[in-house]
Amino acid sequence: MAIRRIALVAGAALILTGCGGAKVGEAPSAAPGTGAAGSGAACGTLNLAINPWVGYEANAAVIAHVAEKNLGCTVVKKDLKEEVAWQGFGTGEVDAVVENWGHDDLKKKYIEEQKTAVDAGLTGNKGVIGWYVAPWMAAKYPDITDWQNLNKYAELFKTSESGDKGQLLDGDPSFVTNDEALVKNLKLDYKVVYAGSEAALITAFRQSEKEQKPVIGYFYEPQWFLSELKLVKINLPAYTDGCDADAAKVACDYPLYELDKIVSKRFADSGSPAYTLIKNFTWTNDDQNLVAKYISEDKMAPAEAAAKWAADNEAKIKAWLPTS
Amino acid sequence: MTALTVTARLPARRYLIGAVLAAWVLGHALLSGRDTLPLGGAELTPLHEGANEAWDTVDDNRNSNPFFLYFVNYIRLVLDESVRFVQALISQPSFGRPVPLLGWLGVVALAAAITYLFGNIRVALLTVAGFVSFGLLGLWAESMDTLALTLTAVAYSLAVGIPLGVWAGLSDRFNRFVTPVLDFMQTMPTFVYLAPLTLFFLIGPASATIATMIYAIPPAIRITAHAIREVSPVTLEAGASLGATAAQSLRHVRLPLARRTIVVGVNQTIMAALSMATIAALIDAPGLGKTVLKALQTLDIGAAFNAGLAIVIMAVVLDRATTAASRRVEAQRRTGREISAFFRRVEVTVALGIAAVLSYLSYTYVWAAVFPAEANIGSYVRRAADAASAWVQDSLAGFTDALKNLVTYGLLNPFESLLAGSPWWLVFAAGVAIAALVGGVRAAITAAVGLAALIGLGLWQDSMVTLAATLVATLLVMALGVAAGVWIGRSDRADAVLRPVLDAGQTMPAFVYLVPILGLFGPTRFTAIIAAVVFAAPVAIKLVAEGIRGVPATTVEAARSAGSSPWQVITKVQLPMARGAVALAANQGLIYVLSMVVVGGLVGAGALGYDVVAGFSQHQLRGKGLAAGLAIVVLGIVLDRVTRAAQARTDRLGVIKED
Amino acid sequence: MRDQPVLDVRGLWKVFGPRPERAVGTTLSRQELKETTGCVAAVRDVSFTVRPGEVFVVMGLSGSGKSTLVRCLTRLVEPTSGEILFDGDDIRRADERRLRELRRHRLAMVFQHFGLLPHRCVLDNVAFGLEIRGSARAERYKRAREVLELVGLTGFENSYPDQLSGGMQQRVGLARALAVDPDLLLFDEPFSALDPLIRREMQNEVIRLHREVGKTMVFITHDLSEALKLGDRILIMRDGELVQMGTADEVVGAPADDYVRDFVSDVPRSHVLTLRWIMRDAMEGEPLDGPELDPDLVIRDAVRVVLSADRPVRVVRDGALLGVVTSAEILEMIAR
Repeated sequence: MAIRRIALVAGAALILTGCGGAKVGEAPSAAPGTGAAGSGAACGTLNLAINPWVGYEANAAVIAHVAEKNLGCTVVKKDLKEEVAWQGFGTGEVDAVVENWGHDDLKKKYIEEQKTAVDAGLTGNKGVIGWYVAPWMAAKYPDITDWQNLNKYAELFKTSESGDKGQLLDGDPSFVTNDEALVKNLKLDYKVVYAGSEAALITAFRQSEKEQKPVIGYFYEPQWFLSELKLVKINLPAYTDGCDADAAKVACDYPLYELDKIVSKRFADSGSPAYTLIKNFTWTNDDQNLVAKYISEDKMAPAEAAAKWAADNEAKIKAWLPTS
Repeated sequence: MTALTVTARLPARRYLIGAVLAAWVLGHALLSGRDTLPLGGAELTPLHEGANEAWDTVDDNRNSNPFFLYFVNYIRLVLDESVRFVQALISQPSFGRPVPLLGWLGVVALAAAITYLFGNIRVALLTVAGFVSFGLLGLWAESMDTLALTLTAVAYSLAVGIPLGVWAGLSDRFNRFVTPVLDFMQTMPTFVYLAPLTLFFLIGPASATIATMIYAIPPAIRITAHAIREVSPVTLEAGASLGATAAQSLRHVRLPLARRTIVVGVNQTIMAALSMATIAALIDAPGLGKTVLKALQTLDIGAAFNAGLAIVIMAVVLDRATTAASRRVEAQRRTGREISAFFRRVEVTVALGIAAVLSYLSYTYVWAAVFPAEANIGSYVRRAADAASAWVQDSLAGFTDALKNLVTYGLLNPFESLLAGSPWWLVFAAGVAIAALVGGVRAAITAAVGLAALIGLGLWQDSMVTLAATLVATLLVMALGVAAGVWIGRSDRADAVLRPVLDAGQTMPAFVYLVPILGLFGPTRFTAIIAAVVFAAPVAIKLVAEGIRGVPATTVEAARSAGSSPWQVITKVQLPMARGAVALAANQGLIYVLSMVVVGGLVGAGALGYDVVAGFSQHQLRGKGLAAGLAIVVLGIVLDRVTRAAQARTDRLGVIKED
Repeated sequence: MRDQPVLDVRGLWKVFGPRPERAVGTTLSRQELKETTGCVAAVRDVSFTVRPGEVFVVMGLSGSGKSTLVRCLTRLVEPTSGEILFDGDDIRRADERRLRELRRHRLAMVFQHFGLLPHRCVLDNVAFGLEIRGSARAERYKRAREVLELVGLTGFENSYPDQLSGGMQQRVGLARALAVDPDLLLFDEPFSALDPLIRREMQNEVIRLHREVGKTMVFITHDLSEALKLGDRILIMRDGELVQMGTADEVVGAPADDYVRDFVSDVPRSHVLTLRWIMRDAMEGEPLDGPELDPDLVIRDAVRVVLSADRPVRVVRDGALLGVVTSAEILEMIAR
């Protein structure tokens, strides 16, 4: 049939022009996993949860880099909110969470009750939560960093949202806050306003610095934004053990968080070299801020950023690897 | 008689509403701040705690409860595998290969062949351009992931939706049952069911597919039912008179005649699925949505815009392709049969032949499998978007504060103070009275039940704050909708210029424009209102424009020949005659604004939106988030019912008066 | 009567509304019935018979119940009470299956708005009834082609309905009805959606077809001239009730009441009435050697003969003198 002939001719022509390129699977570079042979036990697939902040991503990027390059693992990254990621331990969707902020409730539920997760040690990073102002404010009003002077400056922070009180900008929805109780119990003339997202908080602080607009708000470190703008922390009444036991009566600063890693029980028992890597992984706030800066400020892909840091820190990486 | 009594009662009703409002304002002045039922950000009611516990129970029994073992888990498995299968075909490394089965060339060729065969050569070219641009933007794999999820969800949505739609089209009883369910599904904010879904179906493609389906099935059912219903009774009677059985009449008469409208339903389903597939990124749905969300974390406007652009392009391609397909159904009749059968065979053979050859190439050769990285203009797009947004923020900064303060102090704060600052019983009484006056007894009962539910959910004050912002946003939407709608409805040039902008506004994920708007207005309630207006205005504008266009040309001509000025034509002829469309625009605008409440929570709206967002992220706030989600649904249902009742009532009165 | 009637309708009622059966037999007016029961009686106690080969026309203005009546005959609308004997069997007693068989083989209907399937070509539209009853493809196409030829649509087999003019579409509707070779053809105002010229053409077409295929037909119309032109007998309805039933000249010549009289007042009577209606007894001394004419001759066709004759024209049937007609009677008739 005429039609079929046309198709055949067309097809043949296309194939002729098409030939000559590299074939799929032929080029050695196209096949990951084969390049890192000889590192002992088979690693298989490592499912890393990626919680939605850049510091976390820095941890994950470096771990993924080492797991792929040094251990020959296949790393699958899953962008998940914290709570959702913990659910994944039970189903095998998620092997590891590599930066965890406290979450005693989740630990209780998944480690103690469901026994689907286990603690895999500290990351070495120290988490700080508190109230911050832009550097220009700290320079102009040096005594603002003491909470007892906050009422003096409440007038400055009035906005369309807070009415006749000062505005305390709150609320990345992922983080626990005691701010409403704090304002009440410290008798501050402020109103908590929910910014609603990290992006909103960062935008507010950026504008504060740029337009010399007074902003006071909730923030935390390590956080990549601090490498762009060194926010200054307000000193609230010092944290003492148990001072935050009753959420309604809190009148003290937030505790210092020792950030840690959580892995699924199944993964911990698997004997995967990747588990050993994650268990051994530890670094400093500066390390993380650096990688986070590569990613957010310098717009590097996480893998690129990790490779760059890894190239400069071979010794540290070596300490994380399983001893064979 | 009736006309007399009605006209006599009309002004009285208006005065009564005025009296209720006056009493409310007075009561507010005297009792402001009392009995406002506030609930702090971290505070919970027993209901919320109960919800938390119920949640935990489900979570703990996932692997032992037979309902999960034999039902839920199977659904999850099937859906997961379906999505993974499509991903293996077009987007993810599979079957031991470093690349998917079909490379970019194969996908482009196949998409072009399909759109050509079902549509026409122009949409085929558009498809090629669109798909190639995914690669050029540097987002090939992400785009294919989104496409895979969308297509899978659409396939399942249609498989469920079309039969149900046919049923609803045939049975009044089923239709009456399913309509409120669909209303519920469409008013419920996406975020609200994302979290509970993960509870049942865990994170990943299954939950994402179901979330997408929840959003995409209603149009499939509604439009199919409508199509089945609108089949000409004469034709059906003709079939019956020839002795057709119910099944024959469905197969030979109803379905073929409804086909064109059902294709419109397919189009709507695809668009809904696509918009949801991006939001489902929050529960690890693969694709462009993730890129957008990530960009939001680092406030990377350029990257967000780049990915948003890819989504818009995909929406345009899918929309035009299905529209062309539905036109083709129509056009098919007009071509002679014998001739087309031969050409058709040629067409199909050649198109599929070429696609098959190119697919083979993309299966075999790297250059056809992996989109060439050198041809990447994504970075330019990103930089341009960054620059544009920076410019806008710098040059508008002075103006935006004034606007924000004007709306906040002039409109929002008084509204909010009246709603959230008055004692709950005063608001309750005034709300029910107003509902009764504008919508009748039924509307009043709906309002009473709804408001009581808000109290029961423990979120009265937050609901009132959200309600105030919603009303203000809807006012702005309608102001914009009427102004721009009239303009577009009257001018073809305005239509040609603005329509693509409106389409983009509707399909661009809200996350993309949040960051620039945040930059302009800071984290405030006003920012949330603006985000809602950007999202809802296109629909309202389109509906109003549609209504203006629907006014018969002869009526306009008559008015003009009587010496009316353009302004008089608009206010005395076109707008009154488009009253139905304007009312519908207000109703839809309201629903769209409500669906942005949660997104508003991300940028400073606080209240219910923030409760939902926080519930989504924080373990101990889950129950409260769920309650907040329900509160949004309740607000939606009450507002929807009351406005519809009011609309029906004015229509009725209009008719009586005109008699 | 030559033989048994094809259709014998007895005491047919169709009442719309809540609990319609209680309105059956009512003598209340439409308005009163509506107020007391909320029901509307669309067909009230209508009885008639249709003889084989006859064209039976039901005529009435819109709202008179004629379309409901014709739908009752095939139970597209379910009658409330009464009998519909079709070849002696009561259609109302037929179960679903039997009813379907009747519709598939013995009754066919042509609709005002055609009711064609826009997604099917003409041939498939005409073959639809045959397809429904399960004929093989080749067979039904053969039959469809025959019928298309009969209605003069050969060459349009592969066109689609919306490519055809209204008149041609209705020819398709007609062909579809004829294709199943029914015993009774029902027409529901088939030509009222067509413009006047086409309408006349189609009326002639029906007359021709009736001559050629000799089907019994029940024809609904609101157009008196159409009724007079086509109908062997005419049933006039008003508000669901039978007002008058008879041949064309009976209706025009002897209206049953003012309603019908008003209705037929514009009809050129000379076109409808026959000599029978104007002849008178011969007066004494009148010459009875004028031309002879048949009493059933329409007056219009007798004008020339009568006016040109110089003596009274004799009206004769079977050799018997029934009466005479002169120019005076003719002129009086035309002048009225």
